Amino acid sequence: MTIYLALIPAFPILSFLILALFGQKLSRKTTGLVGAGSVGLSALLTLIVAYGFLRSIPEIRSYPVFIWEWVNTGNLKVDISFSLDALSLVFCFVITFVGFLIHIYSIAFMAKDEGFARFFAYMNLFVGSMLILVLADNILLLYLGWEGVGLCSYLLIGFWYKDPENNYAARKAFIITRIGDTAMIIGIIILFLNFGTVNINELMQQASEKWSVGSFVAVITTALLLGGALGKSAQLPLQTWLPDAMAGPSPVSALIHAATMVTAGVYLIARMHVLFSLAPVVQSAIAIIGALTLLLAGFSALAQHDLKRILAYSTISQIGYMFLALGVGAWSAAVFHFMIHAFFKALLFLGAGVVILVLKEEHNIFRMGGLHKKMPVVYITFLIGAASLSALPLITAGFYSKDQILWEAFSSVNGSIWLWLAGIAGVFITALYSFRMIFITFYGEARTQPSFTPGKLMTVPLIILAVLSLVGGFVEMPMANIHLFSRLVDNTLPTVVIKDHGNLEYLFQAVSAIIALSGIYLAYLIYYKKSALAEIYNHGTLNKFFEKGWGFDKLYDMIFVKPIVWLSEIDRDDFFDWFNIGIARLALWINSVLRITQNGKLRWYLMSFVIGIALILTYMLNK
Amino acid sequence: MILLYLIVILLVGAFLAWIAGKRNPLWSRVISLAALSIDLVLTMSFSFQPLAPEYKWLADIKLDWISEFGISLHLALDGLSLLLLLLTFFLGILAVIISWKEINSKVGFFHFNLLLIMAGIVGVFLSLDLFLFYFFWELMLVPMYFLIGIWGHENKTAASYKFFLYTQAGGLLMFISILALYFIHGRSTGLYTFDYLQLLGTEMSSSTGMFIMLGFLAAFLVKLPVVPLHNWLPDAHTEAPTAGSLILAALLLKTGAYGLLRFIIPLFPSAAVIFAPIGMLLGIIGILYGAKLAFAQVDLKRLVAYTSVSHMGFVILGVFSFNELAYQGVVMQMLAHGISTGALFIMVGQLSGRLHTRDLRKMGGLWEQAPVMGTMGLIFSMASLGLPGLGNFIAELLILIGAFKSSILMSCLASLGLIAATIYSLRILQKVFYGNKNKNWDMNDLTIRERIVSASLVIVIVVLGLFPQPVFNAAKPAILKTLEAQKEKTIPFTESSKDKSSTNNIFFFHRSN
Repeated sequence: MTIYLALIPAFPILSFLILALFGQKLSRKTTGLVGAGSVGLSALLTLIVAYGFLRSIPEIRSYPVFIWEWVNTGNLKVDISFSLDALSLVFCFVITFVGFLIHIYSIAFMAKDEGFARFFAYMNLFVGSMLILVLADNILLLYLGWEGVGLCSYLLIGFWYKDPENNYAARKAFIITRIGDTAMIIGIIILFLNFGTVNINELMQQASEKWSVGSFVAVITTALLLGGALGKSAQLPLQTWLPDAMAGPSPVSALIHAATMVTAGVYLIARMHVLFSLAPVVQSAIAIIGALTLLLAGFSALAQHDLKRILAYSTISQIGYMFLALGVGAWSAAVFHFMIHAFFKALLFLGAGVVILVLKEEHNIFRMGGLHKKMPVVYITFLIGAASLSALPLITAGFYSKDQILWEAFSSVNGSIWLWLAGIAGVFITALYSFRMIFITFYGEARTQPSFTPGKLMTVPLIILAVLSLVGGFVEMPMANIHLFSRLVDNTLPTVVIKDHGNLEYLFQAVSAIIALSGIYLAYLIYYKKSALAEIYNHGTLNKFFEKGWGFDKLYDMIFVKPIVWLSEIDRDDFFDWFNIGIARLALWINSVLRITQNGKLRWYLMSFVIGIALILTYMLNK
Repeated sequence: MILLYLIVILLVGAFLAWIAGKRNPLWSRVISLAALSIDLVLTMSFSFQPLAPEYKWLADIKLDWISEFGISLHLALDGLSLLLLLLTFFLGILAVIISWKEINSKVGFFHFNLLLIMAGIVGVFLSLDLFLFYFFWELMLVPMYFLIGIWGHENKTAASYKFFLYTQAGGLLMFISILALYFIHGRSTGLYTFDYLQLLGTEMSSSTGMFIMLGFLAAFLVKLPVVPLHNWLPDAHTEAPTAGSLILAALLLKTGAYGLLRFIIPLFPSAAVIFAPIGMLLGIIGILYGAKLAFAQVDLKRLVAYTSVSHMGFVILGVFSFNELAYQGVVMQMLAHGISTGALFIMVGQLSGRLHTRDLRKMGGLWEQAPVMGTMGLIFSMASLGLPGLGNFIAELLILIGAFKSSILMSCLASLGLIAATIYSLRILQKVFYGNKNKNWDMNDLTIRERIVSASLVIVIVVLGLFPQPVFNAAKPAILKTLEAQKEKTIPFTESSKDKSSTNNIFFFHRSN
């Protein structure tokens, strides 16, 4: 069991090393086989480990695996060691399975790319780091995985490095997340200095014993950790990098910027839930940030023209839901939505990737259209993904996961009607932009002709993900009293505490179902039936403002980027160096003055001699 | 006796290389390589000794030199010097290899100077006699001056002057302090000696102690360097030949850091505590200002040079934090920075050897032609920005933890350096390897020789990052010894530090009852 667990991240990392060292020499077939196969092996191992784990639950709640001693100096002891519990199991499952499907898809998607081996090397390194992140039993190893996925995200956003725009996007992503990470590392330092350990379980235990609820240090520490989570998960105010990150290839967007890495913040907060429960202020802040982000990003998604940017804003918005859930203490709901979101958003990104590839790098949805007949498989799977995203009632998984969040945002002891209202407004917007995307891309007149029909390597992952986006929700159905998922996760995370509201849950579900349906209907009216309303709105300044992501980029550019660039430009030559230049000039000047006294002209010497005598005589006589 | 051989082998090698170089340049390369390799192997033999729990010298040799003045040939090796010697010989070998094709004029004299610098560095890391220490300190200086002045780039003359004047001024101030210490100790005990172990614990008034310490500090802070005494560094690094930049960045700067740990803290424990807030502040200024200057540069080599100012800021911050974690971080930073910045300078050398320019604005899109070089650039830029898994992360993390114990504000400010490092490191990748090709450079990727050099550096930096424990074990006794001297001497400080820790309480909260 333990050896299998250690091998889960080892396979992708091994494959990364093989591809990085010998990638140039391997054939494309071998490269694809190694790249995707290693993740497939990890997925298999995850199944084996999960089987063993589920059998032993609830007697054994976590499996530790020690690999080697990393740092042991002073009182700082850090091991490279993993620990598997229900939370990390869910994440492992999503990372390896969704990751495997995306790798398979990538073999076809990247087939003609010259950086084929490099792509799989980076992707494998990503999967390995992400697995380390979720399996780490201590917070510094978690941080190693955390930075590792950040690096891979950087490398893959800028994968097509010849276009400087891609590099700017990659750099932006790295720097903004790094700002959050730096806050996080200070939080980690505070935790270590207070408790003398970095092991997550020990930290949580000691924190609950030694820190009181609402104490200053708990608030500061969780706020700093939250900084890291906000950066990685692209939440307010560090959300600006994610839309630009779409510069990377579509499988990257699917794997890193939808299914896994961007939810690392959710994982971190869930993993540290004990700590966050000690800081109710910060927890409320998480809920409010989540609510604001989901609305903000929803409006921006509605205004985009680029298919992938719609999905990017949608991802920010959906992670906003997860943060909302975390903020109200609905831990299991957040993790559930993470899983379902990974299915349908990976599906949507992969579908978008096919559409863009087939239309020869056309990103603008207004130049697409009429694709539903020409690409039926892509259309149907994409439709399922969009329906799941819009939380189409009863049949889609997105309905169950989102509904749980909405209900608990209201009914949990930390919840409120305002958070619920934000969430329900978000449902309406989500349905609207999802089906705006569907109607414009797949209906209407065909503005660009598809260049080829996607092969099986691409369509099969789409179909599998589509099935998961539908049936994935059935593990958690409140009306049928099925709670498989939350039972599992509750082995690790505390159960949400519900205020007594009688039997309102069905009413709330009905309301959100109606809201989602009416959002879809409005999209149908506007974008399929072409109501005049759309035209007016599309050209409004408000729309422009939303499209540009509420002006955050401009603001940051003005208050951070410009001053720093200005400061470095005026002082490129280092004004401390003026001191040296000054000394040198002074020496030269003194030299030039003194040189006059040695110019070899007898007249000068005689003259200065006479003047000197005259001065001395004058002085002596006047004394 | 081996300690003496280490230096003698280098000195003999230096003269042999010079003489042989007149007949065949290849011989002087081979001789230098052999001398450094023998030294590396000899030094490695020490690393297999079981480490005693008690502090003791792994090797110690004391011969009379000028006994009338109490000057002796006292060399000793502990874990700290062992680590630095391993670094010195490893990078020394690389310096010879990378100069194989780059240096073609006066090859014999080049290697003579190279080995002489090495001998000086080794002497500095081993001397336990202050007079001898000063001798080796100056021995590093003159051949380095020649190295920059003869084999350097366009503005080599000005740069070599600047380097010489700065370090010489610092060195002289240190010499005055050494003499002052010598006389004060002689007058109070009647024993006139330059021996470090004797001079430890010399009684002196706090103002005298402060003045004498400032003399030492002048030498070490110039070498480190610390803003505002850093101006020699960008010029010297930029103008030196690649091997010179490698030695400057990876080794000479470390002698400053070593001096702080070996001499400042043990000799002047109380003065060092008084100076600590200023020291930490200088560290912060160095970290942030160095990073800012690095970001602004358009000359790639100058950019890398300024990153050293930033990284060395962490060293001084750690030294004046006075705790074990910070000191382990400082030692690790010395090694990791030596490797990572050395590697970046080697990469710059490879680039400018092919392109004949160091101007970032003329580069771009080079990944396509040189993916292996690009990968190296990527790995060491990541090391420079402190990516976990590579040595620099461990170093900077430990220093931040240690500094946090002494001053929360300083540590938080220093952590901004991590963001700044990200910005300038990514700029290197962006401008050199990614983006548009600004010119159609015709360049080949790394040769086998260059690949071996780069690969060895990658292995070391990864091992430091993932398996750092041997380094901690080796450095631990020396670090504890240093801290012990500091604690014994500073009873008044512990009380004021109690006050300090009470202000820290907001971050170290424990529920009462």
